[in-house]
Amino acid sequence: MSKATTAVEVLAGDNSTAALDVERVRQDFPILRQMAYGQPLVYLDNAASAQKPRQVLDAMQEAYETYYSNVHRGVHHLSQLSTDAFEAARDKVARFINARSVDEIVFTRGGTESINLVAATYGRKFLTAGDEIVISHMEHHANIVPWQMLRDELGVVLKVAPIDDDGNLLLDEYEKLLSPRTRLVAMTHISNALGTVTPIRDIIRLAHERGAKVLVDGCQAAPHMILDVQELDADFYVFSGHKMYGPTGIGVLWGKEEILNDMPPYQTGGEMISVVTLEKTTFKKAPHRFEAGTPAIVEAIGLGAAVDYLTGLGLDNIHAHEDGLLAYATQRLGAVPGLVIHGRAKEKASIVSFLMEDIHAHDIGTIVDRAGVAVRVGHHCAQPVMERFGVAATARASFAVYNTRAEVDALAEALDKVRELFAR
Amino acid sequence: MMEELRDLYQEVILDHGKNPRNFGHPEGANCEAHGYNPVCGDTLTVYLTVDDAGVIRNAAFEGRGCAISLASASMMTEVLIGKTLEEAKKLFDGFHRMCTGEDVDPQVSGVDDEDAVERLQVLSGVREFPVRVKCATLAWHTMQAAAAGEHECPVDPVQVTTE
Repeated sequence: MSKATTAVEVLAGDNSTAALDVERVRQDFPILRQMAYGQPLVYLDNAASAQKPRQVLDAMQEAYETYYSNVHRGVHHLSQLSTDAFEAARDKVARFINARSVDEIVFTRGGTESINLVAATYGRKFLTAGDEIVISHMEHHANIVPWQMLRDELGVVLKVAPIDDDGNLLLDEYEKLLSPRTRLVAMTHISNALGTVTPIRDIIRLAHERGAKVLVDGCQAAPHMILDVQELDADFYVFSGHKMYGPTGIGVLWGKEEILNDMPPYQTGGEMISVVTLEKTTFKKAPHRFEAGTPAIVEAIGLGAAVDYLTGLGLDNIHAHEDGLLAYATQRLGAVPGLVIHGRAKEKASIVSFLMEDIHAHDIGTIVDRAGVAVRVGHHCAQPVMERFGVAATARASFAVYNTRAEVDALAEALDKVRELFAR
Repeated sequence: MMEELRDLYQEVILDHGKNPRNFGHPEGANCEAHGYNPVCGDTLTVYLTVDDAGVIRNAAFEGRGCAISLASASMMTEVLIGKTLEEAKKLFDGFHRMCTGEDVDPQVSGVDDEDAVERLQVLSGVREFPVRVKCATLAWHTMQAAAAGEHECPVDPVQVTTE
């Protein structure tokens, strides 16, 4: 924690766009000292999953070594310590997104499970045949397929808000899709494939004017910008721990308390009940209603440490740093001959999706990999948006708090090698 | 770094990737299958014209994919024309062993074309790139599905040997 705080400094030079000392931040991430194929590792696949700082790893190790036990179960010493740490993590998450109450924070396995939870509980209870769900053309599969399943099960109608050639959501078209039958809008905050930051406040306001509820997929936003769920006024907000420098296997469903308490349980079993007789069971309130069985205790504690880490650096500093990298990468990569950036929305997060001439993304990925540069290639679990741009796959560089301009240069130089190889 | 890459992306592969041979849907094709790699979205349709004696009279393909998968498909069609379905299977077995590094120089017996394996050797550089093996084998898996009379050939990445 103290380490993270001291990393916040004004500095000049290479990475002067941000008010944080990137070299110091990098020292928090042991994995970044790796070499890949004899080259310094350049990790630019952060939108898929971010690396973990020492502070998160230490917190998890400390939990296992000194106070691990099951939670909410025993009266013994370790059980109390574990429960306290687990619930303290929930409290950190609540403060991180400015939830009104800690009871609005449901721990899940990740963003995907959070969306599935809402579809399986809220969806099944409150939607009926003919009701409408609106998504966008640039959703991750995790925010498409659960709604398709609900459509097939209940006969609800799934509508898709279009985007323009730059990847901007067409707000007017979205508004036209809203009808008195619209019950739910499920929309990304930041597109993982294009980097588009959607006009989420307008999306939410317009939906609420029609009485529809709104679920926001915030997986890309959580590590990138200050979140205030009360100010956004969405009804559900979901994100994953592992994309925000926390461990895998833990994620968050935030929901307005009164809505959560109106929803039936998701999975059932231990921990989520009040009273079980052989005839009947009454359930706890949120969030425990939705957390059947032994939760991912240490992962939650690790997520809490990640929240502390992000807060220590300052989300505004992180945002400024990543915006600087985006601007630099857009210019630097844009100057690579034949390179086309897919996704040039007016408001973007630090994600650059691109292709080069007729070279397939997988060939790009393989070649830059040998230069030590990790990028994602493929459809990014967002096939509909790939289809929208008429491509099967793109290469994607996504930047995190520990990335530098020199790493953007390393990518650009590796892309020169791609051209060199393919020009033969 | 560049040596292995030059070995993978040999000029002949780039040439086949940019100008694939036997590209299209020939009239008279009587076996076809669609191959899809859900990991990268690559998609290929392989067409075979097989006569009553089980000889592949024509082989062609359509689709989109990376340089490796297009080149492999293109070279496969060239090698297969004139072979029996049985020979095609043997060649695939040998090719597969070569791509996975299981057998660097596979001896394929019972195929009346000594050069066939040698010509396919150009793709053997893929064995240094385990995640790309399925790119090289997609067309062959699809060909096998076409020969077996199947119409869809989803390549389950779990089943593709990567070592």
